[in-house]
Amino acid sequence: MSVTPISKVVTANDLRSGEVIYLRFPHCWTPELSKASVITEDDLAQASLAFAQGQANVVVGAYLSDVITEADGPKASHFRETFRSTGPSNYHHGKQEI
Amino acid sequence: MYQYSNFDHEFVAERVAQFRAQVARRLDGSLSEEEFKPLRLMNGLYLQLHAYMLRVAIPYGTLNSRQMDQLAMIAERWDKGYGHFTTRQNIQFNWSKLEDVPDILQALADVEMHAIQTSGNTIRNVTADHFAGAAADEIADPRPIAELIRQWSTDHPEFQFLPRKFKIAVTGSPHDRAVTQAHDIGLRMTEQNGDRGFEVIVGGGLGRTPMIGKTLSPFVPLGDLLPYLEAVVSTYNLLGRRDNKYKARIKITTHEHGIDEIKQRVDAQFANIKPMFSGADLQLLKDIERHFEPPKLKPANAPTGVAQTVAQTPAFRAWLDTNISDHKVPGYAIVSVSLKKPGATPGDASAAQMRALAQIARNFGHDSLRISHEQNVILPYVHLADLPQVYQALRQTDLATANIGLISDIIACPGMDYCALATARSIPVAQQIATRFEALKLEHDIGPLKLKISGCINACGHHHVGHIGILGLEKAGVESYQITLGGDTGAAAEIGTRAGPGFGADEIVPAIERLILGYLHLRTDETESFLAAYRRLGLAPFKALLYPKEKKAA
Repeated sequence: MSVTPISKVVTANDLRSGEVIYLRFPHCWTPELSKASVITEDDLAQASLAFAQGQANVVVGAYLSDVITEADGPKASHFRETFRSTGPSNYHHGKQEI
Repeated sequence: MYQYSNFDHEFVAERVAQFRAQVARRLDGSLSEEEFKPLRLMNGLYLQLHAYMLRVAIPYGTLNSRQMDQLAMIAERWDKGYGHFTTRQNIQFNWSKLEDVPDILQALADVEMHAIQTSGNTIRNVTADHFAGAAADEIADPRPIAELIRQWSTDHPEFQFLPRKFKIAVTGSPHDRAVTQAHDIGLRMTEQNGDRGFEVIVGGGLGRTPMIGKTLSPFVPLGDLLPYLEAVVSTYNLLGRRDNKYKARIKITTHEHGIDEIKQRVDAQFANIKPMFSGADLQLLKDIERHFEPPKLKPANAPTGVAQTVAQTPAFRAWLDTNISDHKVPGYAIVSVSLKKPGATPGDASAAQMRALAQIARNFGHDSLRISHEQNVILPYVHLADLPQVYQALRQTDLATANIGLISDIIACPGMDYCALATARSIPVAQQIATRFEALKLEHDIGPLKLKISGCINACGHHHVGHIGILGLEKAGVESYQITLGGDTGAAAEIGTRAGPGFGADEIVPAIERLILGYLHLRTDETESFLAAYRRLGLAPFKALLYPKEKKAA
């Protein structure tokens, strides 16, 4: 079984609210990146993505996103994904309201 | 302003009902996202970075108070209490929920608004001079033509699947405030031997390949305008490239074929289709013109209260200096309300501010409001004697910022704080520049300056035509900001020149500060604007200000 060089999470937008969400094994979606399931194996990444894409009535635009694993959970490795996980910088809206 | 006909009401109501059914079918799984996406985009609904975004058209930027109140209601009931006014005279709600959107569209339809053709490869919201109907320098109000074009282009069966999106701007004034040369078609009203018509400019656009539009015809008589536009768009529809979306805009078609060939083809097509226009379009235009009769204005009394307020309130004087423009009617003024308070998000208005603007327009502005492509709100009919009360009312809701046309009156796209296409953030850069220059207390000394920021190469923030343009990109995994200098939106628009390598997010504000402080030393005197100094001196001294280490090394 091959191992991905970088850890990944499956992310998408919620069909109804549009909110950024992350796959949490086995079959849940969470709005918090820190609670997402981190995937390090390529086969599992592809299987998880296929599962997410099969949830067409729940999520939109699922894809694999690179993360860095830290003590308190995964962190986005690209600034775009960081903004997706935190919300806009001009208002405390979206995930900052939780 | 234009009032919907029965046809308009029925058409918009039908579209709302259709979309309501489409959303229901998407939610129950009958439609896949692939099937649904083009349907939602036809109704202005995007899926952005954090949520759905609904883009609502404000045709030619014109609103009445009732409509502004309804936008405030929508912002409070279904969004997060604010809306974002855009460079295309639209308003965007950033936090729409899919199942709420049919109700939002119904609320819009209730006040004769919609989100139709605010996305997709169609003719988009027709924009116009935000001073239209009030400007002292205009030939005539261009909005009846803009409304005619809106009706012609809405659901036009031939133009629903163009090679790419298509933007039309109209001005009735030789002083171009509508950036007509940066549109797929720009229309400039003109007169020839006493007859009214339009100079038709084609192939302008910003984005990854910025181009200034070229004159396709110096004068198309009013009676020929609609068939001529149809000839232009149908020529493009056949000729435009569908193999590469980055080469699909009419600016590329015009560039590749040359303006002379485009003109020949358009003229031939015009000859074909002109006989099919029986005159119904002109009859419709006459009907539309009746909706744009100017309001019954008060007699021009001496504005005695103004002098008194000026004497008592220096801030009012500063506001008069920057936010008031000449009106075509003596005794009246055009008021520009800045949505650019330093530190605020350019173009954003809270629901409370929208309601205040609606009430001010009711009380003092003949129920008229405009949205400018520069993301501000205009009160086009304010009696001079009412200016102190308008100012006080604006102050009460934090809308009395005196900075129109100054460095903090920044155009900024939503950037990566909201937009799924963005490569960097725009809003924090705008906030930091405006806040920095407010702290320096130099803004009025710097004088006229257009600073425009885009968060990606698509250039929604018009950075190419800013005197100073900032383009946010990604470089090596971080945000990087390129500066362009010398762009302009005026009657002879120009694309700015890239100054050099990009700056990091923590370097861009100091770079702009160096540039501006250096300009203050370079200018001949305070009457020489930044753009005038740049044109006189060229890029080199400004580049040296931006990259001082390179200068030393050289």
